[in-house]
Amino acid sequence: MITFKGVHKWFKNLHVLNDINLHVTPGEVLVVCGPSGSGKSTLIRTINQLEPINEGTLIVDGMDLSDKKTDINKLRAEVGFVFQQFNLYPHLSVINNITLAPIKIRKTPKAEAEEQAMALLERVGLAEKRDAYPLQLSGGQQQRVAIARGLAMQPRIMLFDEPTSALDPEMIGEVLAVMKDLARSGMTMVVVTHEMGFAREVAHRVVFMDYGVILEEAPPNEFFGNPQHERAQQFLRQLLTPMQCECP
Amino acid sequence: MQPLLNSGPPKGLPVLNYTFDWSIITSGQYFDWLVSGLVTTLKLSAVSIVMAFLLGLLIAVMRMAHSKPIRWLALAYLEFFRNTPLLVQIFFWYFGSYKILPVFINDWLNETGFEFAAAAIALTIYTSAFIAEDIRSGVLSIPREQMEAARSAGFSYLRSMQYIILPQAVRITIPPLVNQFLNVAKNSSLAMTIGVMEMTYQARQVESYTFKGFEAFTAATVVYLALSIIITVLVNVYNEKVLNAHKAA
Repeated sequence: MITFKGVHKWFKNLHVLNDINLHVTPGEVLVVCGPSGSGKSTLIRTINQLEPINEGTLIVDGMDLSDKKTDINKLRAEVGFVFQQFNLYPHLSVINNITLAPIKIRKTPKAEAEEQAMALLERVGLAEKRDAYPLQLSGGQQQRVAIARGLAMQPRIMLFDEPTSALDPEMIGEVLAVMKDLARSGMTMVVVTHEMGFAREVAHRVVFMDYGVILEEAPPNEFFGNPQHERAQQFLRQLLTPMQCECP
Repeated sequence: MQPLLNSGPPKGLPVLNYTFDWSIITSGQYFDWLVSGLVTTLKLSAVSIVMAFLLGLLIAVMRMAHSKPIRWLALAYLEFFRNTPLLVQIFFWYFGSYKILPVFINDWLNETGFEFAAAAIALTIYTSAFIAEDIRSGVLSIPREQMEAARSAGFSYLRSMQYIILPQAVRITIPPLVNQFLNVAKNSSLAMTIGVMEMTYQARQVESYTFKGFEAFTAATVVYLALSIIITVLVNVYNEKVLNAHKAA
């Protein structure tokens, strides 16, 4: 479904992705974690070419992103992206946020698009908010609408870039619940997150990155039970018991 | 000696040698002239602002295009029309342009009122340059993430602009746009120099016939002022309602 082969990326002199090799199979839930600045956000953003790669091969849903002839808009329509800051369209109501792309890009008739949007809003538990505007909602609610907006295009892959990092603690659960439900429905997902509970529960595989390199790649029970790389051990100690960590 | 305000001069004060007669501008033929002037001013301003908005939108999008030649073209347009006097531009379109136009277009323009067309074209082009910059700064104030969200949903650059960025930018741009509209209404008074019978032209006309310059131009002043205040209030009310609709109660 997604294949990285020897992918490199630089921001000026900074080597943000260094020889990435990774394969995601259909229906797989992949969690990417690592300290900030490790390149994990850049990694997920290359998958729908919000960040173009400089070197190597990246194939997403059969389309080669290193090929200039690939229709990038067509690819993006097949890949849902959920941002840390939600990025809902503030001038549109909830229902119009969700139906905009299906109506304008997929040419879905309005009534049908709204029907599908309502089903998605039911699924994320926000049916009663259909006519609200994004800024009238809490962060958790906005993020659930953003997930519904991504799903409205019936994507083959969903990407999540730290979807709970901007949320108040009491709202994280409601967003994770929606994502778990989605993972169990068989959606192919790549999730950048620090929510290790989520990774343990629904991930098929965990990737640990630092300095633009993939340092470890393992099923969650192996990754959490017996991390191999020293940086991963340190990272997990810090994340799981921050109070006892001897920070450098 | 003439009495002040028709009521006899206070003794010992210097006295104005002038009799005020407000009746000429509140009824009769001169009143009708002023009203027809106001109608022409409104027509000219409305036509110019609508066209200037559309043209300004186009120039703003060109100014932010990926292609360098298109950006330069838009920049040249902006610098050229913002940095030359409006009066010169009006004269250019009125006295200059017909010399290079085909005869049949000139004939048609003469029948439909060439003065009005020339003034509208000049006002449109001049104002569009300012509007383009207002819209551009509105667009720049929209967070970059909105464009990312639109692009990642599969919208092309232009469609993202159309559905997501510009609708937000235009809302932000409403206050400066209102300013531009008021500028157009005021600038349209320059059209009298090429014979468009708008408000200022008619006030001048009334003055010529009656020598009541104070009354005539007071009337024109009050009308321009009232127009500005009414538009400002209306748009503020609208603006508040639209903007507040998207915010928490």
